[in-house]
Amino acid sequence: MPLIEVRDLKTYFYTEDGVVRAVDGVDFTIEPEKTLGIVGESGCGKSVTALSIMGLVQSPPGKIEGGEILYHRDGKVTDLTTLNPKGREMRSIRGNEIAMIFQEPMTSLNPVYTIGNQIMEAIILHQQLRKKKAHAKAIEMLRAVGIPLPEQRVDEYPHQLSGGMRQRAMIAMALSCNPSLLIADEPTTALDVTIQAQVLELMNALRQEFKAAIQFITHNLGVIARMADDVVVMYLGRIVEGASVEEVFHNPKHPYTQGLMNSIPSLASRKERLVPIKGVVPDPFEVPAGCGFEPRCPHAMEICKTQIPPLKDVTPGHQAACWLYS
Amino acid sequence: MPSDNILLEVKHLKKFFPVRKGVLRRVVAQVKAVDDVDMYIKEGETLGLVGESGCGKTTAGRTILRLIEPTGGEILFRSKKLAAAGEEYRIVNIATASRRALKALRRDMQIIFQDPYSSLNPRMTVGSIVGEPLLVHGISRGSEREDRVRELLGAVGLKPDHMKRYPHEFSGGQRQRIGIARALALDPQLIVADEPVSALDVSIQAQVLNLLEDLQGEFGLTYLFIAHDLSVVRHISDRVAVMYLGKIVELVETEQLFTNPRHPYTEALMSAVPVPDPDYKVERILLEGDVPSPVNPPSGCYFHPRCRYAKEICSQELPLYRDLGGEHFVTCHFADALRLQPVRTG
Repeated sequence: MPLIEVRDLKTYFYTEDGVVRAVDGVDFTIEPEKTLGIVGESGCGKSVTALSIMGLVQSPPGKIEGGEILYHRDGKVTDLTTLNPKGREMRSIRGNEIAMIFQEPMTSLNPVYTIGNQIMEAIILHQQLRKKKAHAKAIEMLRAVGIPLPEQRVDEYPHQLSGGMRQRAMIAMALSCNPSLLIADEPTTALDVTIQAQVLELMNALRQEFKAAIQFITHNLGVIARMADDVVVMYLGRIVEGASVEEVFHNPKHPYTQGLMNSIPSLASRKERLVPIKGVVPDPFEVPAGCGFEPRCPHAMEICKTQIPPLKDVTPGHQAACWLYS
Repeated sequence: MPSDNILLEVKHLKKFFPVRKGVLRRVVAQVKAVDDVDMYIKEGETLGLVGESGCGKTTAGRTILRLIEPTGGEILFRSKKLAAAGEEYRIVNIATASRRALKALRRDMQIIFQDPYSSLNPRMTVGSIVGEPLLVHGISRGSEREDRVRELLGAVGLKPDHMKRYPHEFSGGQRQRIGIARALALDPQLIVADEPVSALDVSIQAQVLNLLEDLQGEFGLTYLFIAHDLSVVRHISDRVAVMYLGKIVELVETEQLFTNPRHPYTEALMSAVPVPDPDYKVERILLEGDVPSPVNPPSGCYFHPRCRYAKEICSQELPLYRDLGGEHFVTCHFADALRLQPVRTG
C-alpha cells in the first residue's frame, strides 16, 4: 500500500505576464519508509510539487488546477487537494504527519525565538503535551539529531548555530511529531560537502529510526544516488523518467536524463570532455507545444514537435516519457 | 623560481582582516583569511584552488590580483606587457607594485566572478560592458572597439547583435559568457576564475566549462580556478591546491591528488563528495564538527581537532609546508607515514 499517490497533478500560477504551468500533469507514488528522489534543474517544478502536497502553494497566484494527491493512513484515503489548506484537517496533517525541511535553514527558522521554542510549538500543537514535557521532548530531539550539549542549545537562537547545526535543528523540528512523510527540499544545498555528508548520514539513520518515508528534492545527482530508493526526473513541470535509483543511473532512458549524466563531471572518473545539453530551458511562458525537451533533444523527431509523449513503462518498473520508446 | 615557465609565484602570502570592537574601534583580533600561502602557477596550466566556505580561497584569489591589499608576502608575476625593449618578460612583485605599474598589470590579469547576476552592471549594454576595459586602458575606441567587442562575443559563443542588449535579457549561462568576454578583452595572460560555474544549472555548467577549456587552448590562457566542487576541479585542473583555514594543506598534480592523497583533510573531503553512482562505495570519513573560526585557529596543525590520525605533536607544532618529492606539497607531520584512501575510480 503506497503512502502517497500523486495523480495527474497540475499546479498553475496566474501571473500578469501569463500562466505558468509549474507542475503540469505529474504522477508518482511514495512508498512507506522509502526515499523517493525528485531531481531536476531550477524551474522544473520539483519544489512546487512538494508545496502542493503540503498545501502551501500561495493562492493567488498559484492554484492546484487538477489531479489528486491521495494520502493513505489507517486504511483511509484522503485527497489532500480537496482539503482547505487553512482548514482543521490539513493543519492536523501538515507539520504532524507530513513535515518539510527547506534549503535555507536561516530563513526558515524564526530568528526571534529560541530553537527550543520553535520545536516545542509543533509538539504542543499536535501532541497536546504540557510545556515542560514538550521542552524535554525538544531536548531529546536535538540529541537525536546529534547536536552537542542539547540542554544548552535548546535555549539558543538560530543565529548562534552554524549552518549544519541549524539544518539539524530543522530536522529535529520536522521529526518531532513522528511524521510518516518527510519532504526535504534541497536540504543540503547550502552546506559545505563535509557538513552535507554529516547531514545525509543523519537523515539515513533517522529514516530507519523514525520509519518515515522521505521525498528528497535536489538538483544534485550525487546526492540522489546516495539517498534515494526510487527516482523521478522532472523537466518543465513534467516527469520525464521514473525508476529505481540503479536503473536511472545505469540505464537512463530519456534523452534528458542521459544528457544530465553526460554533462556532469564525476569525481570517480575523468572525462576528457563534457557533453553538455545544447541550448537552455525554455521560457515558462513559451513552452513547446509537443515534448518540452524537443528543442534541446539530440534525437528529436517530427512527432515530438506536436505531441506530448505519455509517461509509460519502457521496461517493467522503468517509465519514460519519450516517443523513442513507442 | 623553480623553473622558467612559471607565470605567477606566491611566497608567504598573508591577508589578515582586523576585528574591531568597542567605541574606539580597537583591534582585538585578526581573521587570518590567508595565512602564509606558497604556490606557483605554470604558464598555460589550470591550477584548481579548492576548499570549503571560509577557507580563504576567494580572498587568496583577490589578493593575488591585488583587488585587496595583502598583509604580507610576495606575488611575483612574469609580465610580457611590462617588459622593456629587448626583454622577453619582466618579473614584477604585484604586492609592492606602484599604482601605475598595477594598472598596466591589470591588462595581464583578469577575473571572472561567481554570480553572473551581480557582476554585470544592469544599466550598461553588453557592448559597453565588454568594451569598457578597452576604453579604460585606452586600447581602442569607436568602430575599432566595436569590432573587437563583436570578435569577443563571437569567441564566447554569443551573437554580435547581443551588443545592444542589457544583462537582464540573458540567462545565467549567457551572462557568465558576457563576464568571460569582458575578462578576455585585454588579452590577459592570467585569469582568476572565482567559482565561475557554481551558480549555474548542471546542463549549463558543462557548456561554460567546455568554453573555458576551448578559450584556454585558443588564447594560451593560464587559470587559477577557485571552486568548492571537487568534481569540477578534477575535471578542469592540471594541478590542485586544497585549502583549509587559510593554509594550503596539499598541492599536487590532479591525478596524484585523487589517487594518492597525502593529507587527511584531502582524504576526508574526497570521501564526503556524493558521487552520481548508486554503487559507488567508499568508507565515508565523517569529519566531526565544523571548521574552526579563523580568528582563533587551533594550536599546532589547524586540522588536528577534526583529524582522525592526530597525535600529540599535531596539537603542539605547526607542520611545515613541504615537498614530498615530485612537486607534491603537503602540510602534515605524518604525510610520509599515512596510507590514505584514494578516490575509487572506474
